[in-house]
Amino acid sequence: MPTLHLTVNGVSHTLEVPAGRYLAEVLRYDLGLTGTKIGCNEAECGACTVLVNGQPVDSCIYPAFKAQNAEVLTIEGLAQVEGVVPDGSLRERVGLEVDEPLHPLQIAFAVHGATQCGFCTPGFIMQAKTLLDENPDPSDEEIKHCLKDTYCRCTGYVSIISAVKAAAEFKRTGRMPLPALPPAKEPLQWVGRPLVRPDAVDKVTGRALYADDLSFPDMLYGATLRSEHPHARIRAIHVQEALALPGVHAVLTYRDVPGDPRHGLVENDWPVFAGGPFPARYVGDPIALVVAESHELAHQALEQIRVDYEPLPVVADPRQALDPDAAVLHPDRPTGNLLKHIKVRRGQVDQGFAEADVVVERTFRTPRTEHAFLEPECSVAVPAGYDPDHPKLTVYVGSQIPYADRRQVAKSLGLPDEAVRIRGTVMGGGFGGKEDIAGQIHAALAAQVTGRPVKILYSRQESLRFHPKRHPTYIRVKMGARKDGTLTAVEAELWGDSGAYASLGEKVMTRATTHATGPYVVPHAKIDCYAVYTNNPPCGAFRGFGVTQSAFAVESTVDMLAQALGLDPIEFRRRNAMRVGVVTATGQVLRESVGLVECLERVERRIRAWRAELPGAAEAEESGDPWAPITVGTKRYAWGVAAGYKNTGLGGGAPDKAEAEVEVFPEGTAEIRISSAEMGQNLVGVLQAIAAEELGLPAGRVRVRVMDTDLTPDGGPTTASRQTYVSGNAARLAARTMRQRLQAVLSEKFDVHPEVIAFHEGLAYVDEERLRRVRRGGNGAGDPGGNGHNGAQGTAARRLTFAQAVQALLEEGREPRVRYEYWAPKTQPLGTGGDMHFAFSYAVHAALVAVDTETGEVAVEQVVSAHDVGRAINPLSLVGQIEGGIVMGLGNALTEHFIVEEGMPWTQRLGQYKMPGIKLTPRMVNELVEHPTADGPYGAKGVGEISSIPISAAIANAIANAVGVRVLALPVDQDALLLAMKQGQQELDRCWGDPPV
Amino acid sequence: MTRWRSYHTPSTVEEALALLAQHPERARIVAGGTDLLLDLELGHESPVEMLVDITHIPQLTQIQEDDREPWIQIGAAVTHGRIERDPTLRRVATCLVEACSVVGGPQVRNVATLGGNVAHALPAADGTVGLLALDAQVQIATWREGQVDYTWHPLPAVFAGPGRNTLQPGQMLTAFRFRPPGPGEASAFDRIMRPQGVALPILGAAVRLGLDPERGTVAHATIALGPAGPVPFRATAAEQALRGADPTDLRAVEQVIQAAQAEARLRTSRHRASAAYRHEMVAVLLRRLLRRTVDRIRTAVPLGGPT
Repeated sequence: MPTLHLTVNGVSHTLEVPAGRYLAEVLRYDLGLTGTKIGCNEAECGACTVLVNGQPVDSCIYPAFKAQNAEVLTIEGLAQVEGVVPDGSLRERVGLEVDEPLHPLQIAFAVHGATQCGFCTPGFIMQAKTLLDENPDPSDEEIKHCLKDTYCRCTGYVSIISAVKAAAEFKRTGRMPLPALPPAKEPLQWVGRPLVRPDAVDKVTGRALYADDLSFPDMLYGATLRSEHPHARIRAIHVQEALALPGVHAVLTYRDVPGDPRHGLVENDWPVFAGGPFPARYVGDPIALVVAESHELAHQALEQIRVDYEPLPVVADPRQALDPDAAVLHPDRPTGNLLKHIKVRRGQVDQGFAEADVVVERTFRTPRTEHAFLEPECSVAVPAGYDPDHPKLTVYVGSQIPYADRRQVAKSLGLPDEAVRIRGTVMGGGFGGKEDIAGQIHAALAAQVTGRPVKILYSRQESLRFHPKRHPTYIRVKMGARKDGTLTAVEAELWGDSGAYASLGEKVMTRATTHATGPYVVPHAKIDCYAVYTNNPPCGAFRGFGVTQSAFAVESTVDMLAQALGLDPIEFRRRNAMRVGVVTATGQVLRESVGLVECLERVERRIRAWRAELPGAAEAEESGDPWAPITVGTKRYAWGVAAGYKNTGLGGGAPDKAEAEVEVFPEGTAEIRISSAEMGQNLVGVLQAIAAEELGLPAGRVRVRVMDTDLTPDGGPTTASRQTYVSGNAARLAARTMRQRLQAVLSEKFDVHPEVIAFHEGLAYVDEERLRRVRRGGNGAGDPGGNGHNGAQGTAARRLTFAQAVQALLEEGREPRVRYEYWAPKTQPLGTGGDMHFAFSYAVHAALVAVDTETGEVAVEQVVSAHDVGRAINPLSLVGQIEGGIVMGLGNALTEHFIVEEGMPWTQRLGQYKMPGIKLTPRMVNELVEHPTADGPYGAKGVGEISSIPISAAIANAIANAVGVRVLALPVDQDALLLAMKQGQQELDRCWGDPPV
Repeated sequence: MTRWRSYHTPSTVEEALALLAQHPERARIVAGGTDLLLDLELGHESPVEMLVDITHIPQLTQIQEDDREPWIQIGAAVTHGRIERDPTLRRVATCLVEACSVVGGPQVRNVATLGGNVAHALPAADGTVGLLALDAQVQIATWREGQVDYTWHPLPAVFAGPGRNTLQPGQMLTAFRFRPPGPGEASAFDRIMRPQGVALPILGAAVRLGLDPERGTVAHATIALGPAGPVPFRATAAEQALRGADPTDLRAVEQVIQAAQAEARLRTSRHRASAAYRHEMVAVLLRRLLRRTVDRIRTAVPLGGPT
């Protein structure tokens, strides 16, 4: 092998590596510098950015020998070049716990919330460094130019821009500005404060370990052969030639699965391997797994496998899936290709339409979209007994549902659940795309068969081909309203393409259906949804979970109705808006926490204020219409608005629970444990703040452990915007129970009522104020549930440190561990008329678009939003969820479409699937509305999904306001839009990705 | 997916061509590799055994302003990033700088070379369109029995068809040259993109104009468009229509546009653009670029500092 000389982070290396190595591979796998990430293998995403002789390059596809004798700088070496130890004020103000030198960008990314899942962070920091080296005070435009092809899927880039500016200011002045956040409720001790996430330093330094960053001695590598046909019977699989290659240890097929040959989260319909009784039903279906000494060899061996296919007719269009002569994908199912027919019935729609003065009916289409989490799927399995740390079969994986992984792995391997351990790694984004099984079963099986650790890492292209997407839909909506603006009826028919396997398709399309009246009071509703199987890639969970799709259709129709009635779109929505006391279309009475009207009003105020500040506002004022377009040069600008709501939690009668464990330690710390997934959303920070609040400990003394089926109790799936509420409550109640246990111990020690023992700032003391109250009232320390404090920290005689309190607990022989199983309020199945959900979040988004009348190009210039989230537990992370959700929704409207033609993906590379880059990031004003929900922790409900729901329709409504063309299909095609404008067409039902005319 | 077995970084053109001559079937030239390596990874190109990286050849990485000859010369392995930042080129090759600075992000521009852009021979390649409007020439090195011959050709001579160049085994691109603008001359590039998953522009265009200082009419003009045919396209009929015309006269500009629309061979390409849309964009781009070029000549400001 040739010799490579490199200096990396100041250390010179001489390596014998294959000539075909890429630089990122040398850094990661030969030198163990895993801070440099590989996100796409095609120089598209920038996650692999390192500096070669001072110049940033995409190292994933940069031949290592191109860097012969070069100086390379990676994230691991950055702080040596320019590092400062942040001063204590950042610890004081935002809880940044660090005493090592960091580059100003590293500090700023942590403090500004510019790192979420963290997978893109090293690349962003390295790329931004080159800008700050040349430009001490970059503008937004300069930052966007520099970071143009560096992609983030979590943040929406707003915090990244502010972090780069903050780092520049820090370099100029030595002062680190804090992020500008919207006003929120007065914080408690920890809850409500914009704390730096607990894993931020690991992420900005590249130390955070994702699955592909792990390696074990003797590890083998798996590579998966996938179907060439969208639908084919597999007659034979010839593996001998592959197996004969030196270094190939096994080639596994359907015959090698010892347990259940199928898996699935809801329906057990997804084969571990296609073959034998199971035809290939889409082009992502696995047929064989090669296990070999190296990743390269495993992939080379795939080329030696021959498969005899018998192609079967392909079901490509969901509307044809139920034709009597359509091929049936799963003949064992009694309903053929119909996965589920979902119905909502309320009142009599005929009567409702008879009462209407205006009726609007249209059919909308939404695209199949791709999660494009920056970290491709990776599983590493270690066989039982491999070493003392692995007494049982262990799978390391970044997964949204560790316990479901355990169940499915154990079942297919024919093992009891307890024989398998899932250990979560840091996870580079999920968004719903890491709920289903990816390589977990294959890796576990391969480890079992070979007796060695096995890693299966998907390339970006394999990830695109394999994993479930967002359901593309056809949605026909008919809505009626009276002249006074009262909605009378909604009728809708939805077709959801669930692809080859059920995944979460039924649940997703149920949510699309139940939310298809929008957040409005509708006396008469008739909604039918058909979720069907096709030979397209499976569709499952994706942030918004069906509501993204129906909200686009409904909110577009609402604007058309408002226009037909001559009503202001916000006024029309306000007249029909859900509020406390109303009944939803599924029959649920909303008893509390409905902040929709306030959201509408906050957004309306912002838009009117914007309008009033424009030059020439006085003349515009005469028209009184804040939605009227403004022409500047060739561009037409206009605002558009849309509203949305989204359930928190599983709902529909599914038991929704989470169990948390809290342990306290004699050195005065605590650990909170729950299996719920940290995928970038900062659940760990939420749990930390909650436990710190309840235990009266500084947040930095609470550790959070997640995603481990042996060490953390089951927090349930990380889906349905449920973790702040459900796991948050479990953590809150576990910590509270522990506090009560400590109070009981100390009450004997101090001989007082337990409730007068306060816990605050790492101290436990007799609260004299509470004591007086107890003496006066005999009972009731006030706020018996909370951990309020009044500043009186007791006298030295009756005060202990938290550490001493724990020691007292241990001396008494009491358990320092508490488990609490929290059950969310019970819900009812659809059709029963009861409470389908225990909470809803609400949002209103307005978008200012610019449509270029010469080119049809659409740009979103500004977004104004208001979200009712109950309570902001961490405003920094909350705003991060909002900004990221909005930009993801913008992608849904303008850029994203995973195109599949006759079952074959046209979209095969990340370069063919453009999620929004930093250049598309609009200016944003996001307001928080906090109508608390009684059972939520401190009043909180979900935010993960609602933030991406209304924006697509707001953009479509803005386009209609700007140029008079109603967009019926997403994503918007500028080519077709221009033609429509030129021809005076008022509606456009072509989108980007449709076949050429 | 099988990667190359050897990677060479010769330091002279002789060495590079000798290596290629020794392994004619198995070796390929690589520069930045941003197109070739991706195509190899995706199996769009058949596997190679040897890559000959020409970016370490000093002769190929120069940008030279020759005092004796009225030429500006750019080595074939100069990266887009260097072109974007080069103060001389910002002054004398505005349309090329503008074209190179919109390609990819900085990480890609720091490795992707102008020679690679031209050799890939895509009709919509930004750098190529910019270079074409400068009426550039290309230098080809040819290996002849152990000797290297260098010859200059008009740029269009290297284009054989979409993605195909005319280079023979034993040949490589080594440099480009063009005449710097005199007084009363300027150039500009612009393109129409879509935000979806298509890396190539819907249409790119570059214009270089020289105005008669007395009358303000066009003394000479070059117009490049892409994609407007199987190879990067010079709109010669439009250039003809522009000569002698007042470039600020809207009617004259419309005639130029019509000439360009008539001669351009515009296609509908799947998920990228319709021919009808491209037809419209020819007009949009030419209007913008003529206005911008005339402004540049009048204000004598080619381009601001590095963006």
